[in-house]
Amino acid sequence: MSGPSTYNPKSGFEKWIDTRLPLPRLLHDTVHTFPTPRNLNIWYTFGGILTFCLGVQIVTGIVLAMHYVANAGLAFDSVEAIMRDVNYGWLIRYIHSNGASMFFLAVYIHMFRGLYYGSYKAPRELIWIIGVLIYLLMMATAFFGYVLPWGQMSFWGATVITNLFSAIPVVGGHIATWLWGDFAVGDATLNRFFSLHYLLPFIIAGVVGLHIWALHVPGNNNPLGIDVKSPQDTVPFHPYYTVKDAFYLVLFVILFAVFVFYAPNFFGNPDNYQPANPLVTPPDIVPEWYLLPFYAMLRSIPSKLMGVIVMAGAIVTLVFIPWLDTSRVRSCRFRPLMKQFFWGLLVCCILLGYCGSQSVDAAAFGIIPLVWVARLATIYYFAFFYLIMPIVGLIETPRKLPASIAQSVLGDTAAASSSLPAE
Amino acid sequence: MAGVGLASAAWPFIDQMNPSSAALALASIEVDISSIQPGQQVVYKWRGHPLFVRRRTPKEIAESKAVDVNSLPDPLAENANLPAGAPATDANRATKPEWLVLIGVCTHLGCTPTVSTPQMPEGDYGGWLCHCHGSQYDTAGRIRKGPAPRNLDVPPYTFTSATKIKVG
Repeated sequence: MSGPSTYNPKSGFEKWIDTRLPLPRLLHDTVHTFPTPRNLNIWYTFGGILTFCLGVQIVTGIVLAMHYVANAGLAFDSVEAIMRDVNYGWLIRYIHSNGASMFFLAVYIHMFRGLYYGSYKAPRELIWIIGVLIYLLMMATAFFGYVLPWGQMSFWGATVITNLFSAIPVVGGHIATWLWGDFAVGDATLNRFFSLHYLLPFIIAGVVGLHIWALHVPGNNNPLGIDVKSPQDTVPFHPYYTVKDAFYLVLFVILFAVFVFYAPNFFGNPDNYQPANPLVTPPDIVPEWYLLPFYAMLRSIPSKLMGVIVMAGAIVTLVFIPWLDTSRVRSCRFRPLMKQFFWGLLVCCILLGYCGSQSVDAAAFGIIPLVWVARLATIYYFAFFYLIMPIVGLIETPRKLPASIAQSVLGDTAAASSSLPAE
Repeated sequence: MAGVGLASAAWPFIDQMNPSSAALALASIEVDISSIQPGQQVVYKWRGHPLFVRRRTPKEIAESKAVDVNSLPDPLAENANLPAGAPATDANRATKPEWLVLIGVCTHLGCTPTVSTPQMPEGDYGGWLCHCHGSQYDTAGRIRKGPAPRNLDVPPYTFTSATKIKVG
């Protein structure tokens, strides 16, 4: 799809620029004429939404950094000052804190979309792997950011997460001390977390550039999971997908605004409005909702090292998906068996999230210990990738694939006669 | 050669993350324990961590002594005042049976466990329960159940008088 450029500089100025810095050509080829499958649905608008989220986080974050003080004695008060004294500080902070949740909501939809339509399969393996890397960077950034207000959840979340490294045999304790810059989470830790929290979004932006670059080589996958075969399978990115993306972005921003203006602390934890106290752990410490499934896995394993290995393994596993899936068909639309298991995975992830949000010894309906629910869901999670994916791909009989995207969208006769829609 | 040069240039940037001289200049503290009642725990702060000083009741001491050391998940004393291989007997956990001095950091992921009292029991072993991930400790601070791998650490301490201890 990344064929020869169709950019045709018109004015003398455009030609002058084009021979020196072909930036207009790059933009023209990637966001204007870029041929895009004509059947992309709502689930394909989240890439654009995610780029928007990253932009919002960077802009609001830079503004917040102008008022925030990264010092264990002052951090909590400086955040309160942002909320009460700084002009529109409350708005900017609520956009930033809810923005993190919206970012993860969008990324989870984006990831499950990729999983359902087989977007990780050849030739798009690297797009997927770069995406997993972005997800990891997002989790690190979100974690660092959550520590900055220096409330009780900030402090104890930082303590628990950094202590995960102490599970590593022999050197684990040294690594934890190295991360803290002290013998416990403290001022040194807060300062470095702030530094990294400011840095990582720009790294994410760079890696997002790679993600999009890699996407523009084979082009978009699509809900049918079949390759683009002729120009009539595609439409130019602009105006077709710029408009579609913009429409769904507006709906997304409305949801975003509902949280910011009507339930700004919906995703938050009230304990984080208490200043950090190194001597008292809150009775129920819970991470942010987007980390709950991994937290549930960690808690369901009665061994420190194994718990950490399983949790890290759950994320690392994602990297191998392109090679764990043995099916030649990409989209679950044509995979009757895989489709069932896919929904099973989604249910398991939500169940794990629920288990992670409850206290350790909680029971569903008063009789089913949640720790066992979490264990079963964890088993399913790993079984899905290491057993179900390879085996189902071999034994499943996929449904018949359509001959082309155009034929599927327009029907046989129309596809034969139609040409590119007029721009 | 280039590798050595690179490594030596990288080292200052790695080592700057380690605790600074100020953090390493660890203070010791002396605490007056005369006001602590039997069955009560008082929490002090030592090296940034909570320090538990618990005055155990005869019943708590007896419960701890009755435990078979070999049945414990961590059979070692984890006591900085004793050689590394010392067994986790009650006497090795508390020099004076009445006084239990511990670092209040769960050996799983570093939360502060909640003390158990007859009025407000926490866990099944009468010691502590860590609410983060459910580790349970007995009346000698030994891990009995849950994901924590080790007993609560006993810091280096000495009795400077009958009612005062110096920690660190």
